[in-house]
Amino acid sequence: MDVSPADLLAGVTATAAPLLLASLGETVTEKAGVINLSLDGTILLGAMTGFAVAATSGSLAAGFLAAAAAGTAVAAVLSLIGTWLGQSQVAVGFTLTLLCRDLAYFLGTPHARQPGPQLLASPVPLLSDLPLLGPALFNQSLPVYLSFAAIPATWYFIYRTRPGLILRAVGENPAACWARGIRPRLVQTAATLAGGALVGLAGAGYSLALKPGWGRPQGCEGIGWIALALVIFGGWHPVRVALGAYLFGFLQISTILLQDLFPSLPTQVFQVAPFPIMIFTLILIHAGRNARGRKQRLLLRLFRGRPPAALGRTYRQA
Amino acid sequence: MKAQQSIENQSPGSRLPLLLIPALALTLVCLLLLVLGLSPLTIGRALASGSVGNWLKFSHVLSVWSPLLLCSCGLLFTFRAGLWNIGIEGQVILGAICCTAVLRLPGGLLPPPAVLTLALLAGGAGGGLWGILAGELRNRGGVNEIFGGLGLNFVGQGLVIWLIFGPWKRAGIASMSGTDLLPPHFWLQSPPGWRVAPVALALAVLTLAASILLLDRTRFGLRLRAAGTSPGAARLFGIEPDRISLQAMFLAGLLAGLAGGLQVTAVYHRLIPAISSGYGYLALLVVMLANYRPLAVPLIALFFACLVTGSIQLPISLQIDSSLAGVIQGACVLSALLVYGLRKEKS
Repeated sequence: MDVSPADLLAGVTATAAPLLLASLGETVTEKAGVINLSLDGTILLGAMTGFAVAATSGSLAAGFLAAAAAGTAVAAVLSLIGTWLGQSQVAVGFTLTLLCRDLAYFLGTPHARQPGPQLLASPVPLLSDLPLLGPALFNQSLPVYLSFAAIPATWYFIYRTRPGLILRAVGENPAACWARGIRPRLVQTAATLAGGALVGLAGAGYSLALKPGWGRPQGCEGIGWIALALVIFGGWHPVRVALGAYLFGFLQISTILLQDLFPSLPTQVFQVAPFPIMIFTLILIHAGRNARGRKQRLLLRLFRGRPPAALGRTYRQA
Repeated sequence: MKAQQSIENQSPGSRLPLLLIPALALTLVCLLLLVLGLSPLTIGRALASGSVGNWLKFSHVLSVWSPLLLCSCGLLFTFRAGLWNIGIEGQVILGAICCTAVLRLPGGLLPPPAVLTLALLAGGAGGGLWGILAGELRNRGGVNEIFGGLGLNFVGQGLVIWLIFGPWKRAGIASMSGTDLLPPHFWLQSPPGWRVAPVALALAVLTLAASILLLDRTRFGLRLRAAGTSPGAARLFGIEPDRISLQAMFLAGLLAGLAGGLQVTAVYHRLIPAISSGYGYLALLVVMLANYRPLAVPLIALFFACLVTGSIQLPISLQIDSSLAGVIQGACVLSALLVYGLRKEKS
């Protein structure tokens, strides 16, 4: 199969879009010091909800909204038990991952393998005809445009606005924030809910655009774990996290191309290969960064990052 | 993300009864079913008759219980050491792969029972190695065990699929149904009228007893707890927390690998893509619901095994997806986390 570089790039930006939304959502959540480990299940629940609502109501917008609502609802449970009742966020998040996955399969049975609406590409006139970058940037569906906008928007919000400053402060030192009249738990809850909404949207990005339809498997299983890994190894920086998402998109696309080069290897191997490759790429970069006698090469500098100091710790109000 | 405090919920501050947990879970699930227009009673009856209706079905439950119990016992060690061993799923898979590899060796040198024993040991070793890998990634690479473990899970899954569709494919055509069946002399046999191999059952029960002893009656158990709750203080007493956590990871991987070996030799009699049946992840839920206490683990594992087995018939008898079992299990653990959280908050 011959693929032009333009098509390749277009494939990468489209594949990475939902992953980007989810990992940027998680970045916002973790900046406030909360780990939402439920991503993998939440994305599936969002995908199922989005597809089911869009198919029954006939409205794609309703589908996306419902998916965001589902993601927010899961995040609310995490907030309640984790942030407010002080249980381990990892324990709650992991339980929610499995619960949401099974809930999605259970509730989605009537919609499995049913026809439904699908969001088509909405090309930007003129710009989409640009060579090389045209199809990648300007001939995509709305979630992809949203994912483009989300990168600078998240960065701007976190690093250039006052609420973003408060968000980071709470993630670093909730007790000091409390002393300054900020209510850390409220900020953490808001960040968790907002992040959850983006994760839910990511789910709809799969079931209504990238991999239209609902079924078991839907095709987005495992993505949530990649998103979580991206945030941590991307150093909690939206731009680096986005780079990671594009790297994963590139991996997924290139395995499709590599299939032709290695016809002896079974197709199924190519479907699972990007996941371990991605995680170990991130781990290697991370390990290289921690190695003693390090040299600050450009690549390593790019991926340097430090977790919010209070990440995963429950803030217990006096 | 370091285990900064003990994972366990120890302080029963207020007297909120623990009975609230099943009550809450039951209410949540019943509400969900009623909203969907399904009868909780009918489904409950179907689940019960599908799991404890007769000996044949209950012996099927026990065949789920054995590997689940093995994994849960392994997790008791890692949780006690303050580790979140999500990589257990991959450790089960590697156990299954290594076990199958031994059974596929050109035979004739050793009698089948000896080969079978070696294969199970190889399974345990494979799982243990996978556990150590995640442990070393954590100790030396500074990679949180959750992500190292996840990466290794993905690798394990990829390996299984590669083997089934590549080198170990069935004569003729490779398919998702797995490798060729093993010759019957390599099966852990079940007596007629049984669905569980007594060897598997015995192995699980012995492991449980040994784990309880190790955890609560030996110096090793104490060291685990020390390394898990306060690694800094442990170091002052000459305990090397990194080494202890590596030992815990090895033990957990060993038991998970054994579970994988049982899946091959006693349950499926071949290697299939979903060889782990998700028991690794399920075991994490079991141990969480048991509040990390060894004595509650076998009962909760039995309950979860009943749900797994009882739900198999649901799609046929009631046109309900069998993922309902997972919904009930998740609701139970979530309720437990909520109730324990409320107890903590009131204290």
